Amino acid sequence: MNLIMFLLGRVAKGVVVLMAIAILNFLLIHAAPGDPAQVMAGQGGAADEELLQQLRVQYGLDKPFLTQLGIYAGSYLQFDLGFSYRQQQSVLSLIMDRLPATLLLTGSAFVISLLVGTLMGMLAARRQGHWSDGAITTVSLMFYATPLFWIALMSQIIFSLKLGWLPNVGYETIGANLSGFARMLDIGRHLILPAMTLGLFFTAVYVRMMRASMLQVAGSDFVKTARAKGLSEGVILRHHIARNAILPVVTLAGLQAGQLVGGAVLTETVFAWPGIGRLMFDALTQRDYPILLGVFFISSALVIGFNILTELVYRIVDPRIGAQG
Amino acid sequence: MTGPVLSIEGLTLALPPLSDRPHAVENITLKIAPGETLCVVGESGSGKSMIAHSVMGLLPQAVTPAAGQIMLNGRDVLRLDQAGLQDLRGREAGMIFQEPMTSLNPVMRVSDQIVETFAAHNLHSREERKRRALALLTEAGLPDPERLARAYPHELSGGQRQRVMIAMALALEPKLLIADEPTTALDVTTQAQILRLIENLRRRHGTAVLFITHDMGVVAEIADRIAVLEKGVLVEEGLASEVLGAPKHPYTQKLLAAVPSLTPPAPKNLAAAPVVFSVSDLNKTYRKRSLFGPTREVVAADGITFSLRRGETIGIVGESGSGKSTVGRCCMRLIEPEAGSIILGETEISGLGKAALRPHRKRIQMVFQDPFACLNPRQTIGRIITDGPVAYGVPRSEAMVRARELLELVGLSANAIDRYPHEFSGGQRQRVGIARALALEPDVLVADEAVSALDVSVQAQILRLIQDIQQRLGLAILFVTHDLRVAAQICDRIVVMSRGRIVEEGETAAVFANPRHDYTRQLLGAVPGGAAFETASPRA
Repeated sequence: MNLIMFLLGRVAKGVVVLMAIAILNFLLIHAAPGDPAQVMAGQGGAADEELLQQLRVQYGLDKPFLTQLGIYAGSYLQFDLGFSYRQQQSVLSLIMDRLPATLLLTGSAFVISLLVGTLMGMLAARRQGHWSDGAITTVSLMFYATPLFWIALMSQIIFSLKLGWLPNVGYETIGANLSGFARMLDIGRHLILPAMTLGLFFTAVYVRMMRASMLQVAGSDFVKTARAKGLSEGVILRHHIARNAILPVVTLAGLQAGQLVGGAVLTETVFAWPGIGRLMFDALTQRDYPILLGVFFISSALVIGFNILTELVYRIVDPRIGAQG
Repeated sequence: MTGPVLSIEGLTLALPPLSDRPHAVENITLKIAPGETLCVVGESGSGKSMIAHSVMGLLPQAVTPAAGQIMLNGRDVLRLDQAGLQDLRGREAGMIFQEPMTSLNPVMRVSDQIVETFAAHNLHSREERKRRALALLTEAGLPDPERLARAYPHELSGGQRQRVMIAMALALEPKLLIADEPTTALDVTTQAQILRLIENLRRRHGTAVLFITHDMGVVAEIADRIAVLEKGVLVEEGLASEVLGAPKHPYTQKLLAAVPSLTPPAPKNLAAAPVVFSVSDLNKTYRKRSLFGPTREVVAADGITFSLRRGETIGIVGESGSGKSTVGRCCMRLIEPEAGSIILGETEISGLGKAALRPHRKRIQMVFQDPFACLNPRQTIGRIITDGPVAYGVPRSEAMVRARELLELVGLSANAIDRYPHEFSGGQRQRVGIARALALEPDVLVADEAVSALDVSVQAQILRLIQDIQQRLGLAILFVTHDLRVAAQICDRIVVMSRGRIVEEGETAAVFANPRHDYTRQLLGAVPGGAAFETASPRA
């Protein structure tokens, strides 16, 4: 009951926020310099004034600003994200084409970093002061500090060009015509480098947070209580320390989950991964407003969705949250 | 008779190098017979908690046993390995701690935390563990144990949580219960209930109790024998009646003498003094709104009316949640009351805006409860004291001169001015807090539990200081406290609050001698030790 009320409230708020974001996106993009008609005509090779005018009329760019906003808002309310002038396709279908690749990449990076980060953090905290703690914290600090694109380039050079273990770029081997399990394996091999690259930063963040959180919880009164009951150190670690220490990590994971769609532009570009990030990057250089607005909208919707999901998860892992409303 | 449950022989615990003394405790020898309650008393830093922790093998890493032996039910605790200690904990001895609010795992259900104890010792089947957990909660006197077993700790009150802790500690029917200041964080009435519960369970199961406390009143309630600890050394040990009735060691005598009497001193004559501060019909309700759910309301102040004369002390007493602190804060407008008037001197300050209020703020100052949290650790004492006057336009150098005088007034040396708060003890910091409040030359002082966090002997000094300063400066004091002994000694009049309302008000002597309201009677009845310290008080 309480939970349903909570969900309803959050979804209602989310819808309002989403509408505001959509309108803000539109305003921002129109405030930016550049004329899509000129870009289109320029790429077509012929840029006389008549063609420009024709293009503007065709895509509604000649209408007053507020009318354009009204058309945009109206079509969004019907879940119509518009039509791309450049690609001659509906924006929704373009996004849906690219979304799986991006979700595969960011999703695996998310799962890997969360799992590896938490486990390594627990290990480091357990062995505080031991050499393995030192190694884990040093390595995680290194990845925390190194820029993403550099890691991407270096991993390409080392694992692909020098060692030849993994494919350099792309989503799958072109022209191989693989199917079923063989295709999955092929995509998996292509996935390793970009997913690792993308996940390393957050892995480092989780390691540091989990370690600090574990050490803090280990000093709590209830851990002393657990010891006084005669519990073994293993049970204390799992049931009492880790269970409480994971709470701040959940908050952070919620933040990372929000970036699942929009957060991989750099990685996708370096690894030529055919995802949303690339789509957005290309749309940006081509002044393809409908695609840009569509990508922004979808990624905002997902951020809001994941925020609600995080709060929901948080309510499950921390029973105190529900009581405080 | 069988041998002792616990026998500590010549125990010395070494502190890490650079501590203020080499040993936490030195050459301690103690015995507890089955079913006996031994109280170990001492002030903070006396090492009493260390003894309790060493019996469970729960000493902090920095503290190491240097000599001696601890025999618990025939097992040599100091020579057990990790597995041996885990088997011993819970089975031979159970332990409860001071802070019920933080001693239970916040993300685990209450019954699971008890069941876990059985599981750790491989006892009983799953169903039997659950059944026993429920039986324990019932025996601990918890209401609606079925529902409560499924609750999380945050859904329980402090007293209920301490009952859960006791149920858990006694789950395996250990021969010894170690209680480390188990009632210090609780209200008097809850404290009385918890003490009664421990007493009942001890009788029923024949459990011996090692009870660590600083509160002589609690000792008088429950102890069979008493061990007095001063700076890690056992200075006196004996039957409760002997130690309390005829203490031999000067330290024990000092501790007993510091316990405030419940008989108030002769009242001051204040009839001619002008009223300097008054509140009438003060109201404050805390509301928690949610989008769909019902709004929750807590009435913290409802029609509060009282007035304070120059040189007078009014005590607001009540349990936690009674609204007494809210009233104190409303008087200073640290919390905004919803209705009612507050008159300071001739000015009604309740209606003033922020800017208009500022010139009047200096006339009413506050001394806080926690001497450790209320001073900025990165500022010198001089800075802390002079910031107030400087904010009112006094040049810093002039304020510093005054600060030196104030430090001497509150019994500190004037050269404390360049030092930082961490260099001082709790009692000294509370003196700094008082000097800070006095620096603005207020007419009214609000003291919110100002001596509650202090040891009795320090408490007695601070109370004397407050009375002395009041006499010299003619301060009116609003003294918020849960401690009726303290209230008896320092307050001219008493206001008893319960659930945001004043249930009784009057001259301290009259209220204590002849309480009219049930709640007041209940509070007075719950004061640990009762009338045990009447002759011992130096200020009676």
